[in-house]
Amino acid sequence: MDEKIISAQNVDFHYEADPEDKTPPKQVLKNVSLDIGRGQFTAILGHNGSGKSTIAKHMNGILLPCGGKVYVDGIDTCDEKKIFDVRQRVGMVFQNPDNQIVATIVEEDVAFALENLGVPPDEMRERVDDALRSVGMYEYREHSPHQLSGGQKQRVAIAGIIAMRPDCIVLDEPTAMLDPKGRQEVLKTIRELNHDFGITAVLITHYMEEAAQADRIIVMDNGEIIMDDIPKNVFSNVEKMKSIGLDVPQVTELMYLLGRDGIPSDTHIISEEECADALEKLLKG
Amino acid sequence: MASIIRTEDLTYTYSIGTPFEKTAVNKVCLDIEEGTFSGIIGHTGSGKSTLIQHLNGLIKPTSGKVFIDGQDIWDKEVRIRDIRFKVGLVFQYPEYQLFEETVYKDIAFGPKNMGLTDEEIDRRVKETAELVGLKQETLYKSPFELSGGQKRRVAIAGVMAMEPKVLILDEPTAGLDPKGRDKILGQIKEYHRQKHITVLLVSHSMEDIAKFADKILVMNKAEVFCYEDTPDVFKRSDELAGIGLAVPQITKVFLDLKKRGIDIRTDVYTTEFAKKTILEYLERKGGAVNA
Amino acid sequence: MLKDITIGQYFPGRSAVHSLDPRFKIIITGVFIGMLFAADGFAALAVGLVFLAMSFIMSKIPFRLMLKSLKPIVPIIIFTSVLNIFFLDGAPLVKFGFIKITAEGLRTSAFMVIRIIALIMGSSLLTYTTSPITLTDAIERLLSPLKKINLPVHELAMMMTIALRFIPTLIEETDKIISAQKARGADMESGNILQRAKALTPILIPLFVSAFRRAEELAVAMECRCYQGGDGRTRLRQLRSEGKDYFALGVSIVFLDIVIMLNCIFG
Repeated sequence: MDEKIISAQNVDFHYEADPEDKTPPKQVLKNVSLDIGRGQFTAILGHNGSGKSTIAKHMNGILLPCGGKVYVDGIDTCDEKKIFDVRQRVGMVFQNPDNQIVATIVEEDVAFALENLGVPPDEMRERVDDALRSVGMYEYREHSPHQLSGGQKQRVAIAGIIAMRPDCIVLDEPTAMLDPKGRQEVLKTIRELNHDFGITAVLITHYMEEAAQADRIIVMDNGEIIMDDIPKNVFSNVEKMKSIGLDVPQVTELMYLLGRDGIPSDTHIISEEECADALEKLLKG
Repeated sequence: MASIIRTEDLTYTYSIGTPFEKTAVNKVCLDIEEGTFSGIIGHTGSGKSTLIQHLNGLIKPTSGKVFIDGQDIWDKEVRIRDIRFKVGLVFQYPEYQLFEETVYKDIAFGPKNMGLTDEEIDRRVKETAELVGLKQETLYKSPFELSGGQKRRVAIAGVMAMEPKVLILDEPTAGLDPKGRDKILGQIKEYHRQKHITVLLVSHSMEDIAKFADKILVMNKAEVFCYEDTPDVFKRSDELAGIGLAVPQITKVFLDLKKRGIDIRTDVYTTEFAKKTILEYLERKGGAVNA
Repeated sequence: MLKDITIGQYFPGRSAVHSLDPRFKIIITGVFIGMLFAADGFAALAVGLVFLAMSFIMSKIPFRLMLKSLKPIVPIIIFTSVLNIFFLDGAPLVKFGFIKITAEGLRTSAFMVIRIIALIMGSSLLTYTTSPITLTDAIERLLSPLKKINLPVHELAMMMTIALRFIPTLIEETDKIISAQKARGADMESGNILQRAKALTPILIPLFVSAFRRAEELAVAMECRCYQGGDGRTRLRQLRSEGKDYFALGVSIVFLDIVIMLNCIFG
């Protein structure tokens, strides 16, 4: 077993150029290197077009690098013969829950990957039920997906991946189309899968409050990694974050504003409680 | 000032007589003054989407009345299409309604349906395109070639070009990144400032609404929870949190401080205002110590 | 509205009808359709109706739902009855100018209408009690011998499953697009046929664009879940035929025999 479940080494990527277009194709990823450790919860933050979704699609061989290499559990994603081994290890959930549910009954959708892999029916039953329980959708197993809310559909999609018993789950903006309640549900599910089941999670998002819950944040801009650190350290760069069009938590911003007005304050604060503690001290002191 | 929108006991129940029967909007009475920028907030299923579709006559109320500009819109004399030109409605993910060959033609679709002259249509298309930050050459591209954010702005321009008296937008920033979100909200605010029209902005983000709206309409369980000036609504932030709405993070911090026995105002919802509040508090306290 | 369409919508339950092997259900529905078409008199038709009523009661599907399934075919029913009432020769019962109503006309029309209604109700009963995916599954297995002659049975079944899965999604989407275009003043209610057809462009184009986008995303999502065609696939739901399936089939065949017998007696 490799300690790094995913390892991207000097990855370059651009889409096929239009033969009539003389201009060279736009580089979407420029020399990106990153390792994802087993059991980690990583968030990749960036605005639209920063390359964050593109790097995500490299993590299970949906896209293949134009230059450089991507290894999943030591397997080169370019190795066509092993592509299903890669996809079983790293599952992927997408933005629109409607466009990734294949079957008309929840449990049959969750079984889809297992059916493709030829898992025997008895074992399949067990794995489907386990997956549905782990995302809290077991009671809905016989429902039709269109009767569910956005957050519930997204959890079904996650169960469909979990049923493969992957080492890692990559989620490409899974909450972008959901309401606040759905977003909370999905985030809670991701955290539980990571914490209770030890599944490595990579969350692509542009919501900073979601990224703040991860162990590590990678910030991408213009096809490159510009920051890679724990959330506190990333968000403390308030000006840098704003300059690339990203938000920081309101509490961090408040600390930053106070600091600018000459009040000693710590911009490493990212949670409400820390902020309230700091302010209490300031106001009572 | 006169109300541009007025509803009297507006009620809408769907699937009447089936087990799925549900009242989506219950006895809603509203008076929205001309020229205000109002935010509408509420859970999914709180009735806000159903409410806004009543305001341009897409849905006919089960009971109750809707008046636009003093006119009962379901009066026999009224042509409902005219109401739709008066009350422009931008749906969620409006980019999925684009269909024309060029951006120009798509923006012109609404004005053309109004039967305007070609010159007038041309003026409106160009004016609104500029307002939403589309370049002249973009007008002759296919809308399907554009980026997601650009498509969204074309779709919004298509409704703005009808120059409605009321502009309603259902979550215009859904799915956009912070940069795209701020751009679109800024353009809507600018349009409001230039045209002095009435704007209703539906959003899940209390932060966005707090930043832009003069008044906030909070919907809860098919009813109006409150419709008040923005600062007044945030004075009730503990009640908002009580009905499960996500109040801004900064507001939560101030509510917490209050609980910890610090005598500080809790109607704080932007970081700038939070800073001001803290500085004022320190000054007051400093003053007390000095005295 | 479009949402009222219920054909092909599954009504979950645990009744005897629900739990039959879907392959048998399809064959039994075939036998039932056979009864309806074999019957050439009211008595024989009544036997078919008894069979339908029995299955219907056992299925515990609310009657209202069955009536709802008839809604889309109301125009066909009216058309058939008008055609038969007014245009069949025979001794006139009533006469207004050149319009006459004959006893034969009334009888044939009643016969045809009952037959159509029974046909739709019978097939709706199949779709109400069988989840679409199980149904597709059953069809796939019934047709699987045809794989030998290179018929892409699995691919066809997969296509059907996906189509079924996306019907509600696309219906909802169509409703939304219609509302959005109406909000921009699109006029879909007036004008001649040509104008109305043209008025559909703003709806159809966005709908197609969205369907393609969905198809693309779905294909990627399926790839991520290791989809590689029909070879080596196993299934969550195993189809096992039991005694009760053969019994139900037997009963339906007995009914078909009765229909044929009645035809001989009255025919």
